[in-house]
Amino acid sequence: MLTLAHFLTLGALLFCLSVTGIFLNRKNVIILLMCIELMLLSVNMNFVAFSRFLGNLDGQVFVFFILTVAAAEAAIGLAILVVLFRNRQTINVAELDDLKG
Amino acid sequence: MPIYEIIFYTFSLVMLGAAVAVITVRNPVYAALCLVLTFFSASAIWMLLEVEFLAIILILVYVGAVMVLFLFVVMMLDINIEPLKAGFVRYLPAGLVVAGLMAAEFLLVIWSKGRFGQDGFPIPEPNPDGYSNTKAVGEVLFTQHVLAFEVAGVILLVAIIAAVALTLRQRTGSHRQNPAMQVRVTKDERVRLVKMDAEPRQGS
Repeated sequence: MLTLAHFLTLGALLFCLSVTGIFLNRKNVIILLMCIELMLLSVNMNFVAFSRFLGNLDGQVFVFFILTVAAAEAAIGLAILVVLFRNRQTINVAELDDLKG
Repeated sequence: MPIYEIIFYTFSLVMLGAAVAVITVRNPVYAALCLVLTFFSASAIWMLLEVEFLAIILILVYVGAVMVLFLFVVMMLDINIEPLKAGFVRYLPAGLVVAGLMAAEFLLVIWSKGRFGQDGFPIPEPNPDGYSNTKAVGEVLFTQHVLAFEVAGVILLVAIIAAVALTLRQRTGSHRQNPAMQVRVTKDERVRLVKMDAEPRQGS
């Protein structure tokens, strides 16, 4: 019997995994972006589950908008990454300290 | 109906395993491919929740466009992976502790008192024959949320322009034509008329 709690647990576990990923790969911008995508997916999972179990379609519309914003964010993030690599020849977060006083 | 449980647990395990692979593999290309697997499994679970439109959109937009964009960028950049993995073992305990605490809190909230169990949220009936999830979502999207829909379009437009503007560059050393300069050019910049007297032929 699949209750709402099962789906919420799945989303929660996915969120924890992506937070761990941000801890582990704090040098690599590409993996950081991927972890953010995973976080958004876990949030979407909760939205979809609640939408289904409450019988309310607004949750699905919200997931639609989250997907839109996530796509825009990925496009701009990767563009910034390409420019960064072109200028610095590295994507190591530890070396990006130009703004440090 | 154990088939639902079998599908749910299978795809959940695949999804969580792929997510673990995303954050642990060394090669970013493999990480992107594992991310594709994660999204695909999530799409299957959404299908189980009868959210067909978003499940298809997740595959089309995420697997088809965003992940391919990730793969393009990862393969285009010539990254030296070794220094990027430097702190992996050092941050592993902290990451595991934080993740474990968060997971424990989440599970405590979700499972205590059966708040999200069968009593609070009864299992919904399957949708009747001929029910179209796409149509239902479209009706809500284009009536109640039409302004937000248009704002989403504007956000995508801004993203396109920003991505192009960020990555556009002028190569040094290339000979590019400037049409504006070509149109604006005047006769004086190209032709010089010299007036001089005729001279007798030399040596005659």
